[in-house]
Amino acid sequence: MMNSNALTPGVSEKASLAYFERMLTIRKFEERVYQLRMTGKIIGSVHLCNGQEAVSVGACAARRSDDPVFATYRGHGWAIACGADLAGLFGELMGRAGGVNGGRGGSAYFSVPKVGFYGENSIVGAGVPIANGAALAAHFQRTGRVAISVFGDGAMNQGAVHEAFNFASAMRLPIVFICENNGFAELTPIAATVAQPELYRRAEGYGMPGKRIDGNDPFEVEAAVRTALERARNGEGPTLIEAMTQRIVGHYIGDPEAYRDDAERARLKEVEPIAVMRRRLQEAGCEAQIQAVEERVEATIQAALRKAQDMPPADISKVREHVYA
Amino acid sequence: MPEELSYIDAVNLALAHALEEDERVLIFGEDVAVPGGVFGATRGLKERFGARVFDTPISESAILGAALGAAIMGMRPVAEIMWVDFTLVALDQLVNQAANIRYVSEGRLYAPMTVRTQQGVLAGSCAQHSQSLEAFFAHVPGLIVGLPATVADAYHMLRQAIAADDPTLIIENRGLYRSIKGELDLASPHLGIGEARVVCVGSDVTLVTWGAMVHQADLAAQKLRGDVSVEVIDLRWISPWDHKTVLDSTQKTGRLLVAHEANLQGGFGAEVVSAVSAEMWSSLKAPPKRIGLPNLRIPAAPHLQAAVMPNAESIAQVARDLMGR
Repeated sequence: MMNSNALTPGVSEKASLAYFERMLTIRKFEERVYQLRMTGKIIGSVHLCNGQEAVSVGACAARRSDDPVFATYRGHGWAIACGADLAGLFGELMGRAGGVNGGRGGSAYFSVPKVGFYGENSIVGAGVPIANGAALAAHFQRTGRVAISVFGDGAMNQGAVHEAFNFASAMRLPIVFICENNGFAELTPIAATVAQPELYRRAEGYGMPGKRIDGNDPFEVEAAVRTALERARNGEGPTLIEAMTQRIVGHYIGDPEAYRDDAERARLKEVEPIAVMRRRLQEAGCEAQIQAVEERVEATIQAALRKAQDMPPADISKVREHVYA
Repeated sequence: MPEELSYIDAVNLALAHALEEDERVLIFGEDVAVPGGVFGATRGLKERFGARVFDTPISESAILGAALGAAIMGMRPVAEIMWVDFTLVALDQLVNQAANIRYVSEGRLYAPMTVRTQQGVLAGSCAQHSQSLEAFFAHVPGLIVGLPATVADAYHMLRQAIAADDPTLIIENRGLYRSIKGELDLASPHLGIGEARVVCVGSDVTLVTWGAMVHQADLAAQKLRGDVSVEVIDLRWISPWDHKTVLDSTQKTGRLLVAHEANLQGGFGAEVVSAVSAEMWSSLKAPPKRIGLPNLRIPAAPHLQAAVMPNAESIAQVARDLMGR
């Protein structure tokens, strides 16, 4: 049964499938990372972004390819949305020489500057002041770039983030602040740590626009980020976007998620963006296209992983290099 | 004829020349632009160089983060942190962020940023405005740390810091700003990063020091003339530091004394003594000695400060002790 109304109004089937594919690529990458972590092929702390894919995919659809992105330890999806090589990412997480940082960053602290991904950050909120610096550089270099700073709801309570919001707004820096509000500051509900849970309203206090959006709709994210980017590029300063989303996995692999029950976990799986988009595409009669996308994504992930598995381990003889110039 | 300048004039001149020669140089911090700096180090720069010199909010994390982000993106920021004590508010940006960038990215990213600050006890300075914290930073691989003691070094070390491709901390001493004057011959050869200077040649005791204490050490050597022959070494940079000059001198004298204003426990003097002891234990004629502040907080009343601060007299006494006199 064809029912085009099932798709987001004004969005073509082709665009929906394209965004579905981008989100699914991130999801399948993360699912494979989970397996690799559980079988000991990846060692160390891993924070997956399952459920939050619409934010990175939507924002990066609006991004100019040279707009620098500064993300968090939950950053695999952002790197992929920026265009990072999947084999290089797998290799990084597995400590391979061909990893994007030769295994020095690991899951939680890698960067891929050649695609404008200026890195994850393992200190909550710390990337926000750094992104301001990139905006400062864009201003003086007249490149027209706009920095994109991504952080979670928990980071909204870090002093450095407050400082950075004020600094950026006072100086009208070309930057867009995106808060991925997944409802949990690590293991604690954000509502338990703030008196005003509408985090976007803080923007007013800094003299910048603030907006809460549906972070499960990549098209809504794209539109909001596009508006904010344009505003910043026109010299009108920063915007705070609060994208409401959810992670459908633990804070880290191994998190027992004692803070939510099975019913809540099941509910999240109904509202998460890939499930929603898949349902809409199914209702629009795109079953065959969905299957084609799934096969293509699976093949892409498998090929990338094979390539990473063929990479030699990072070279111990180079472990002392690059401390200084 | 070379000009005669005060230490703070030399700092100001170095910044002016850097701004003049390199469009990428930015100068910012609290009160640095329109007010010209609380000590006047940046006086007149805003008027001459406009937007590249600007005042910031009182937000040390935002300041250092902005410097780091701008540096990553190709600028040459020089951020001022008014007192070294204030770096503690934003240590994350120096230690977890700036110092990691080059290493973790395998050299794909680097941070040519300079942080100017100042430290030390001055009569009446309170406990939160008088610490000597250089050892904190020397403990951090990836940072370059220098403490200029002379007018020429106030100029040249700052220029070298700005030209360096790694995050560099220049710790000035406000007690020297207007108390010392000297010639600045820009054409004469000068030492590089990590090179120490032999202040005066001697044969009995090697006296290693840095920062404002260089002048007390020099006075001590003068007092001891005819009694103990002291070779004073101004280390200038404590990371990286000049092992060779210190080892060569100690090889000659057989006795080592390290003087610093910082308190003794965990002070950088321990590092110097340790390195020398490990390298030339059997050549030492006496156990190495250190002099610094005892392990206490710093009182404000000038006579209480004077009772615990090392000075030329107390340094000379320890040198005599080393000689068994």
